[in-house]
Amino acid sequence: MISFGPSEEQQVVREAMREFAEQVLRPVAREADEESALPDGILDQVWELGLTNTQLPEAFGGGGEARSPITNALILEELAFGDPALAIASTHPSAVAFAINDFGTEEQKEAHLPRFCGDRFAPASLALIEPSPTFDATALQTTVEPKEGGFVLSGRKSFVVLGDRAELFLVLARNAQSAETGFSAVDAFLVPSDTPGLTVSELELNLGMKGLPTVSLDLAQVEVPEEARLGGDRGIDAGRLLAGTRTANAALLTGLCRAVMEYAIPYAKDRHAFGEAIAQKQAIAFMLSNMQIETNSMRWLTWKAAAALESLEDATRPALFAHGYSAEQGMKLADDGLQVLGGHGFIREHPVEMWYRTARTLTVLEGVAAV
Amino acid sequence: MIDFNLTDNDQKILDYVRTESLVARKYARHYDENEAEFPPEELEEAKDFPGVWSLMGDRGPEDSGQSVIGMLITMAETWGDYSVRMRKGRGAGLGNAALGASGTEEQRTKWGGLLLSMAITEPGCGSDPSLVQTTAVLDEETNEWVLNGEKIFVTTGCRADGVVLWATLDRSAGRAGIKSFLVEKGTPGFNVSHKEKKLGIRADDTATYVFTDCRIPRENLLGGKEEIPKGGSGGFRGVMKTFNMTRPMTAAFGLGMSQAALDFTREQLEQAGVDLAYGSTGHGLSAAAAKFQRLEALQEAAVLTVCHAAYLSDQGEPNNLEASISKAKGGSAVREVTQGCIELLGPMGASREHLLEKWFRDVRITDIYEGTGQIQNLIIARTILDYDRSQLK
Ligand SMILES: Cc1cc2nc3c(=O)[nH]c(=O)nc-3n(C[C@H](O)[C@H](O)[C@H](O)COP(=O)(O)OP(=O)(O)OC[C@H]3O[C@@H](n4cnc5c(N)ncnc54)[C@H](O)[C@@H]3O)c2cc1C
Repeated sequence: MISFGPSEEQQVVREAMREFAEQVLRPVAREADEESALPDGILDQVWELGLTNTQLPEAFGGGGEARSPITNALILEELAFGDPALAIASTHPSAVAFAINDFGTEEQKEAHLPRFCGDRFAPASLALIEPSPTFDATALQTTVEPKEGGFVLSGRKSFVVLGDRAELFLVLARNAQSAETGFSAVDAFLVPSDTPGLTVSELELNLGMKGLPTVSLDLAQVEVPEEARLGGDRGIDAGRLLAGTRTANAALLTGLCRAVMEYAIPYAKDRHAFGEAIAQKQAIAFMLSNMQIETNSMRWLTWKAAAALESLEDATRPALFAHGYSAEQGMKLADDGLQVLGGHGFIREHPVEMWYRTARTLTVLEGVAAV
Repeated sequence: MIDFNLTDNDQKILDYVRTESLVARKYARHYDENEAEFPPEELEEAKDFPGVWSLMGDRGPEDSGQSVIGMLITMAETWGDYSVRMRKGRGAGLGNAALGASGTEEQRTKWGGLLLSMAITEPGCGSDPSLVQTTAVLDEETNEWVLNGEKIFVTTGCRADGVVLWATLDRSAGRAGIKSFLVEKGTPGFNVSHKEKKLGIRADDTATYVFTDCRIPRENLLGGKEEIPKGGSGGFRGVMKTFNMTRPMTAAFGLGMSQAALDFTREQLEQAGVDLAYGSTGHGLSAAAAKFQRLEALQEAAVLTVCHAAYLSDQGEPNNLEASISKAKGGSAVREVTQGCIELLGPMGASREHLLEKWFRDVRITDIYEGTGQIQNLIIARTILDYDRSQLK
């Protein structure tokens, strides 16, 4: 059945998150960007909402609720409406925890999931992106090779969220010996931060989402034991893992675009030029109506991808559509949002220049959040 | 629950409609090239197929809502061809939707069986229907309305049994003075004067109507309210309500065809050895694959806005804004998709050997009738800005 109706529970969660985003995240977003640092205590504050542990099994201390990519997509949109950088930082451990939950062996779950069910924020990072203009998740340059009793990882990763404090990395690498290409050659490895050969860089300096700590990883012949391979001999369904992060990205961009739109509308009604509000001029009004059209479009594509994930179908295509479409429209809408404010849009007093940088950054990322 | 899976019931119906519409597609080129002919009311092959409605019987609450499945059926139909259908079915004209929305119970029963066209547009007024010049004057003695004026671009104007006509009781009253009237074919003073030659949807007849002292019974005013309300737009709003379903439906017409264009293009690209493998982003894809996937995502986005507008209607929720969103999105998406498909296939895409060039022509109307893309954007902008029509024109 085609239905656009969130459940009552989801509606409650959505409203609570919206309020949280407005009252907690938005007010500190600008300062985080200016200071290139996360506001004190923000990670723990979000952690208390239980976004990561609610959907982990009770056996490991989790809430035992069913994994719901749809609910998570709703949450990410709302948090990103407050601020995408803070939404990513505070939910990033889910990207690792959900992957362990979804693809890990019983031993791996036992070993790692409890840390995500504690009272304190559990920093962990998904290491996917690589510092190359030809980066492509289906053709990773970080490789893995088997070695007596384990594996050897080599390569470089960048944009590793929370890498400055992560205790555990989930590193994606391509099987160097596999004849296969694409997702089937991709494996994930649980690598503790103190593993020899692993070097964590200083904090990266980025265009947007400056409050979001990211690092590069240098993997110089990093040796890990057999148990480090997520999913054991089965490995992981990398297509599904990627689809989850792409859908998350689309949800974040939907929230960002809504933020832009809701900021631009009252501004355009208030600002006057040539005898009327600028919103009364079609050149402005139609940018705003387009924001409404495209924010809706992005949301429905996101939901469709999340629904495919939730019903355990192959979500590769819908996630690719949601991701690609949101990236294109997200950039355009943030661009238009700045234009609506004219010169004031260029000044750091208003959030639109920040959202413009955020959009350009977020739209080229994947693997920074998960549903 | 948020859900995008079709039930077996939904799927069964859509598969069936697509089978039917492939039969209709065999005739598409013929009626495109022979504009003067009308496609038959029922194709020869129709006798071998049960009607779609017979499949609609056993639907339950777990199946997609009526409006949603209606949109999907529409897309599956125009996926075959816009104008040629297995069977036309009576009572499916644009005027029938208007009769349903603003006619009284009695009027609906009386005229529901007729195929009704809808005549709003005039030579001097299209996007702004408040400028309607066609007049209706009441002759108290005979209890008749006397109609005078000219209507253009009337869809199914030749084949319709009658028309729902917009005329003004008082030009100085603007929108409030406009009422809908039902005029049956054969009424003296009602002439079908011209049939247009068009870019696309050529098997659809588009006619000009001329009304010269055309007299119709007093009870042919739809809804029966003769007074002109003071201030505001009065009955106009009710009339515009018709669009809440026809706008998503119009988008659906176009999106069925752009889906056909995508399917054809995919087939041709794959035959030519272009790898469309989904999964990679950016550099891992050929330019053709990247462009094709972009168009597919655009199509999907537009289809979802249509389903959303229909879903709200099924829930009994207002969908004014969403109807316009779907029409604006659908209208622009079908243009870009079909233009892009021809670009992807190059010269072969422009050949009349294939239907792609026809779909490219046929979909272009989507962004024009039932309110142009600009008019939809006006409606959306007014809604989100909380402006009335004097604040944003
Ligand atoms: C094949 C076909 C079938 C049709 N079927 C029917 C039918 O069955 N019944 C019927 O009544 N009509 C029908 N129409 C008419 C159709 O609805 C009108 O053509 C349409 O509403 C546009 O009006 P117009 O052609 O007068 O264009 P105009 O109103 O002259 O518009 C010209 C351009 O100006 C733009 N524009 C106008 N106003 C504004 C504004 N305020 N702000 C920004 N831009 C604006 C328009 O978007 C358009 O781009 C049909 C038309 C065609 C071609």
